[in-house]
Parts: sequence; C-alpha cells; structure tokens
Amino acid sequence: MSAPQIERREFLKFSLAAGGGLLIGFSLPGADMFATAQAQSITVFMPNAFLRIGTDDRVTVIVNHSEMGQGVYTALPMLLAEELDADWNKIGFESAPVDPKYNHPVFGMQITGGSSSVWSAFEQYRKAGAAARGMLIAAAAQQWNVNPATLRTDSGAVFDGTNRKLTYGQLAEAAAKLNPPAEVTLKDPKTFKLIGKPVKRLDTSEKINGKAVFGLDVKMPGMLTAVVARPPIFGATMKSFDDSRARTMPGVRKIAAVPSGVAVIADSFWQAKMARETLHIDWDDSAMRTFSTNQMMQQFREQAKSPGTNVRREGDPDAAFAQAAKKIEAVYEVPYLPHAMMEPLNCAVDLRADTCEIWTGTQFQTVDRANAAKIAGLPPEKVQIHTTYLGGGFGRRANPQSDFVVEAVHVAKVAGAPVKVVWTREDDMQGGWYRPAFLHAIAGSIDSNGNPVSWRSRLVGQSIFAGTMFEAMMKGKEYDPASVEGVDDLPYAIPNLAVESHKADVKVPVQWWRSVGHSHTGFATECFIDELAVLAQKDPYQFRRALLPKHPRHLAVLDLAAQKAGWGKPLPKGRARGIAVHFAFESYNAQVAEVSVDDGKIRVHRIVSAVDCGRYVNPGIIAAQLEGGAIFGASAALFQEFTFENGRLQQTNFHTFPMMRMNECPEIETHIVENNEKSGGIGEPGVPCTAPAIANAVFAATGKRIRKLPIRMTEAV
Amino acid sequence: MLSFIVNKQRVNLDVDPSTPLLWVLRENLGLTGTKYGCGMAQCGACTVHLNGEAVRSCVAPVSRAAGKEVTTIEGLSPDLSHPLQRAWIAEDVPQCGYCQSGQLMSAAVLLREKPQPTDEDIDEAMTGNICRCGTYPRIRKAIHRAAGVMTKGEAR
Repeated sequence: MSAPQIERREFLKFSLAAGGGLLIGFSLPGADMFATAQAQSITVFMPNAFLRIGTDDRVTVIVNHSEMGQGVYTALPMLLAEELDADWNKIGFESAPVDPKYNHPVFGMQITGGSSSVWSAFEQYRKAGAAARGMLIAAAAQQWNVNPATLRTDSGAVFDGTNRKLTYGQLAEAAAKLNPPAEVTLKDPKTFKLIGKPVKRLDTSEKINGKAVFGLDVKMPGMLTAVVARPPIFGATMKSFDDSRARTMPGVRKIAAVPSGVAVIADSFWQAKMARETLHIDWDDSAMRTFSTNQMMQQFREQAKSPGTNVRREGDPDAAFAQAAKKIEAVYEVPYLPHAMMEPLNCAVDLRADTCEIWTGTQFQTVDRANAAKIAGLPPEKVQIHTTYLGGGFGRRANPQSDFVVEAVHVAKVAGAPVKVVWTREDDMQGGWYRPAFLHAIAGSIDSNGNPVSWRSRLVGQSIFAGTMFEAMMKGKEYDPASVEGVDDLPYAIPNLAVESHKADVKVPVQWWRSVGHSHTGFATECFIDELAVLAQKDPYQFRRALLPKHPRHLAVLDLAAQKAGWGKPLPKGRARGIAVHFAFESYNAQVAEVSVDDGKIRVHRIVSAVDCGRYVNPGIIAAQLEGGAIFGASAALFQEFTFENGRLQQTNFHTFPMMRMNECPEIETHIVENNEKSGGIGEPGVPCTAPAIANAVFAATGKRIRKLPIRMTEAV
Repeated sequence: MLSFIVNKQRVNLDVDPSTPLLWVLRENLGLTGTKYGCGMAQCGACTVHLNGEAVRSCVAPVSRAAGKEVTTIEGLSPDLSHPLQRAWIAEDVPQCGYCQSGQLMSAAVLLREKPQPTDEDIDEAMTGNICRCGTYPRIRKAIHRAAGVMTKGEAR
C-alpha cells in the first residue's frame, strides 16, 4: 500500500516505530495510567491516526485537542470507544503530535478553541473507531474462517454465534495486516452505550496524586530555567540594561537581550527570579506612558455619540425611537480582563542544530509550530510540539503570535542548553492579551402597549482579529465579527433594529477570552432587554418569552431555567431573582441568579443554568462546564477588572485581581435540554448569561441598575 | 546542609535556606505535584503539610522545614486510597487539575481536625484555595462525601 493512497482515504497505517520514540524522562498526559502495563504492551495495531491497540488489549486514543479542563481527554475517547465497542476500562489517551492529520476538520489547523472540540470530533473519532472495529472483525473472520457478518463485538472482543471469543489484543497482529475499510457504518444512536452517559473522567487519577505533567512540570536533562524581564508598559522598548550585579548571582548562567526583554537564564527558577530583581533596565516607554483606562472609556463614550460601521439594520430605529411612547438610553461598560489561568505561562524548548522540540500547554499547535520554526530557522516539520496538560487555557494559550512559545525559542537560541521559560504570576497578568474593554451604548423604545419598537446598539472596543492572521475573517475589514457576536444576532422580535460598531485604536494587546465577544454582548443585551421589560412594566421572563416566537431553542432553555429556579415563587426576604438567555458557540443557555444585597455587598446564593447543546457526549462534563462557566462569569461580574494609569497596569496578582472563592460560591444547579440537534459547544456558552442574570437580580432586589462591570453598588443607577 | 523529611523519606540538601520550600520540592526533589500559582500565599496551589499543618510552600523558606516533616500530594496516599482522593474521583472534581493538589492538601487538614465538617468549616478551610475552573461545588460535595456525611439523596 502506498502512502498517497492511504492519505486519500484519510486513514494511515503506521509502522511500529511511528507510535513510539517520545522523549525519555518525560511522560505525556495519560502516560502514567499505563505505566505498569507499558512494559509488556506492544502496540501492533494502529489502523489510523487516532488509536493504537496493544497485545495487552489496551486501546490508546490519540486526542487532537488540548486538555485544559474541558474534558476532551474523556469525551473524544468516548466517541471512539463507542464505535469500537471497546472495553472502557482498557481505554487510555495521549496528546497528538503536530501533524496535518490532526487538524480541526473545520478550522483547518490544530487548535483547541471556539468550544468546538466535541462537535468537530463527533464523526471523526466515531469513524476512526468504527474502521478499527471493522478490521478486527475481519481478522477474527479470517481466523475462524467464517463470514464476518455473523460476528459481533462487545467490550473489547469479537464473538461468533457460539460465543467463541477473541479479544482485540489477540486480534491486533492479524488486524494490522489488513487494509482499512473504505467505508464504515456508524451505530444507530439508539444503541449507544457510552455516548450520552455521565462517564467518569479518565484524567482524574493523575490530577489528584501529583503525577499529571503540566508545562511547568517538564524537566529535561541539563535543562536551565529562564525568566524574562519584560517592558513595564506596553509598547516600551529597551534602551539599555545593566546586569553587573545579576551576573554575579548564584546559579546564573546567562543574561541576554531577547526581542521581548531581557532573559535571565539560571540553574533554577528561584535563582533566575532573584537575579532578575537586580537588573537595571532603561526603557523607552513613551508610546503609552500616559495611557489610562479612565480616559480611554471617556473616549469610547464620545465615539459612541456618532454612528458606527453598520453591522445589522432593520427598519428605521432612529425614526421609531424619536416617535416612541417610552424610551430609554443606557451605556454599558466592561473592563479589560486577563485569563488568569492557575498555571502561569511557560514553555520548554530543546533547540538543536536541526531540530526544535517544544513542551508546552498550548491550544494552538499549528500556529505555534509555524511561528517557532521561523525563529528557529528550521522548516516546520523539524519543529515538534509536545502538548502537556494545560493548567487552564480560556483562550490565552491560543495566541496568534505564539508570544510565549516564540519568546522561549528566542531564549533557547541564547541559552545553549534545553531551557524552560517560566512566567511569574505577575508576568502572566501583566503580559497582555486581555479580553478587550468594551462599551455598548444602547437606545431602545416601546409602544404604549409595552411592545418594543426600536433597539440600537453601538459598540466601541478593540478588534481581536485586526492585525492578526485572522484579519481575513473580518467581513470586508469594516468590523470585527468577534466584537459584535451575540448582538449581531439578537433574537428578539423588534421591528426597528440597528447594530453599529466603532473600532478603538488602542495598543493594549487583546485576545479571545472564554466566550470572546459574547462575554460583553451577553451582558449588555440581556441587561438592556431587562430595562425594556421594566419600562413596559412587564415580568422580565414573560417579556422575553413574548419576543422569541421564532426561537424555540431560546425559549426551551429560558423556560427550563425559569421553571427549575421557581421563577415567580416567593423568596426569603431580601432575595431576588434575575434572568438571562443567550446563544453562543452553537449552544443555548439561560440562567437565573438569586442574590441579596446587604450594605452594598452582593451575595449570589444560587444559579440555575439550563443548556441546549444538541446531541451531547458526556452530561457529567456538561454539568461541570456549566458550573465552571457560571463561576468564571460570576468572578468577572462581581470582582474583576484590569485598569491602567500612567501606562501601568494597576493589578498584579490575586490580591488585586480577586477570584471567586469557596466562601463566595453560590449553589449551582444545571439542566440539559434533551434533543437530537447537531452538537454545539459547552466550554464557553455557560459564561455570558451569568453577569446579566446577577445584574438583573440586583435590580430586582434594590431597584438599582448595574451598567458597569465589575458590579459596584456605588456606581449603580 | 538542610535536613528534613519529605513523604517519610529523609532528605539532605545543600540549598540557599531562603529558597521557598515550593521550589526546592519541585526543582531539587522533583516533586512537581505541588504547584506554583501566585508566589504570595494568595491561591493555595502550593499547599503542603509541615508537621501536619497546611502551609503555603511558595512563601515558606526551606529553612522552616529543617528538622521537620513535609508531606506533599505525592505522599497523601501511595495508591489513591485517601478518602478525599476516592471522593474526588467519585465526584469527578478536577477540570484542568492544576489547583487540585493544593485543594486536597488543605482538605486533608480540615478532615483530620474536623472529621464531620459543616459547610462553614469548609468555607473557612478552603477559602484560601483558588480554582479558576470553578470546581468549588464539587470540592464541597467531595469533602462531605469523604466525611461520610452525604445523604443518599444528594449523592450523584
């Protein structure tokens, strides 16, 4: 069989060697689970890029998405194991190397983002499992000299009519000699044994005994550790530096300028960090020395007074607004926010004359490899990326410029040894690539019956796509779809509607942050629809219902959340409910928050979150993502902002950038709408509704409107 | 030369005594299960036991461990048999998993001191441990489960 033929059929048969040969002394995610078995296990059957079967019956699923907590190392193996009829207790996983055959089938590159892992893998991984199953059946049929159609599979073995049994491990060698089937038949969903069940995560064990390897845990023989002194103000450039003291510090091996700053390379992290503190660096910070977020938001408010680029326009919202019986105008503001993953950024690089090996927790393998190759001066195929576990991602580890990877390759070039660049928490927070600050100026009106007649949203904020390889996705480069997603498809039946976008020319590096544009459009639109409901003197839930006649899936989650939360039923004194519904990443979410406000302090007691994400794989993981999404959203709603004064970021660590903690965490209840629609996302859709549900509940409790995040009662109107 | 016990094994080290215990555990002893999160005792990812007490190893100089006994996540149990580890599996607690070593080490001290903790006890003991993924509701359930106080109706 020749290689081109195989590629056309999308299935690759690997030689034994192709699967092995990873770095000695380093174990990729999942490796530990078979640590004892590995000695005896010989992989003999690798029917395609997505699995291997050993003579010991172990099935290793190769996962082309990064595990950052969202459960892909369980959900994708479930898809494959379902069609393989594997024994779930013998399933393991491994992160995929960088290779086009692991590309996202829609995005055309290896990426974990857009809440797309499960839907993009839904057929891919099932087909991979089904193809392997077909070959194992064919191997058993040969051995027994029977018609393959008379055989069945169950729990990792092939059976004949008399219940004779051959396990997949026993068949592996024979199956490896067969050609993959040209076509496969997938199971009828009614017969699923795994898909749709709350199967326990496969990665829990190594995450509770200290064995899981995150990027920060990577160790290579002779490896050095580096920290980089980066500019204190964005856009600053280094004029000169004095390292005379640092060079004498214990453990320091090298200090050198790199494009991002000054790298201090030492035997250990602590030595590198101590030495960095003694550097004297003269920066030219004139570019943004006077930058302040207060002034920036003032500019945004001015910009919002004039019409922006047209995104969507129906009817004549300005004329309708002028003539309407009742009207309201509101300005909503959200701040810059960092991803603040628990594991600060890091990247380990072993750069040799003709190869470059990178170990890091990344969401963006294809782009990182291309960017790293340019710096290393090597063709991309000479650069390999080993994806470790990610201690959180939330978008930060998919950087279009591969900032943390590119910098590490630069450091490796001067280190002369394998090196791991470690970012401190302060480095990570001050390193840029934030959720952009945004302003929404909204004008809306209702008629004398309380029905909405007009809505006009004007958005001001930085584009995420502009200036990146994704600029082509900007429709005619007039506006950034990632800025307006979630308001450009406002579902409410309003006859006169306009959405306009203003680009902000600010040099703070911005990036996608869990739920991207929806993180602010959900807040602004779901608060404003609440304001219209109050103007119409209608119940906010019923008001929304009446405006969603053409959106049954919005209605279904809205109804489910309202019903489970006991909408309209009495609450203890001082408590009130708020509601929100939003569509994002192909899924629908509604949330009801229950809050009380005491002496200006908000307590969120309960959040009920209902989702419709179509056909789902693991309801346990969906519940976890909704719980985590609500907590992520609540942290932003209640506590978090990044602000700048005199060019400098005012927040540096968790004491100035608080996270929701155990004692502040509400009860969270999650519900899934059952249907057979196409699979949607789950990592991000649970975030956008939390802030507006809480803000609307605060209004219900106090009569005060929240138009700015994080919520401060002193700023309520 | 500093001498102390880590996970029941004596270690003798020639390190700068002001180095935080965290980095000695991670870099000198290869015990990378203990995590760096903030470096200023704000997040709890680095929590270990020092003579049985939960300490933030990112701000504890290694000299503080001299002559004492340190237990890290690797020493919590040899085989995932600690009641908290079993409960963590039963409740499918971890998401990204990065903070979980610290969460478990904090919870282990809580359970030893208060075998039947109330929700308020859990708040008090666990509020120093941040989880960005938002696993708090499951951590709470898992602690109750480990304490054996979970009623049947609440069990998943």
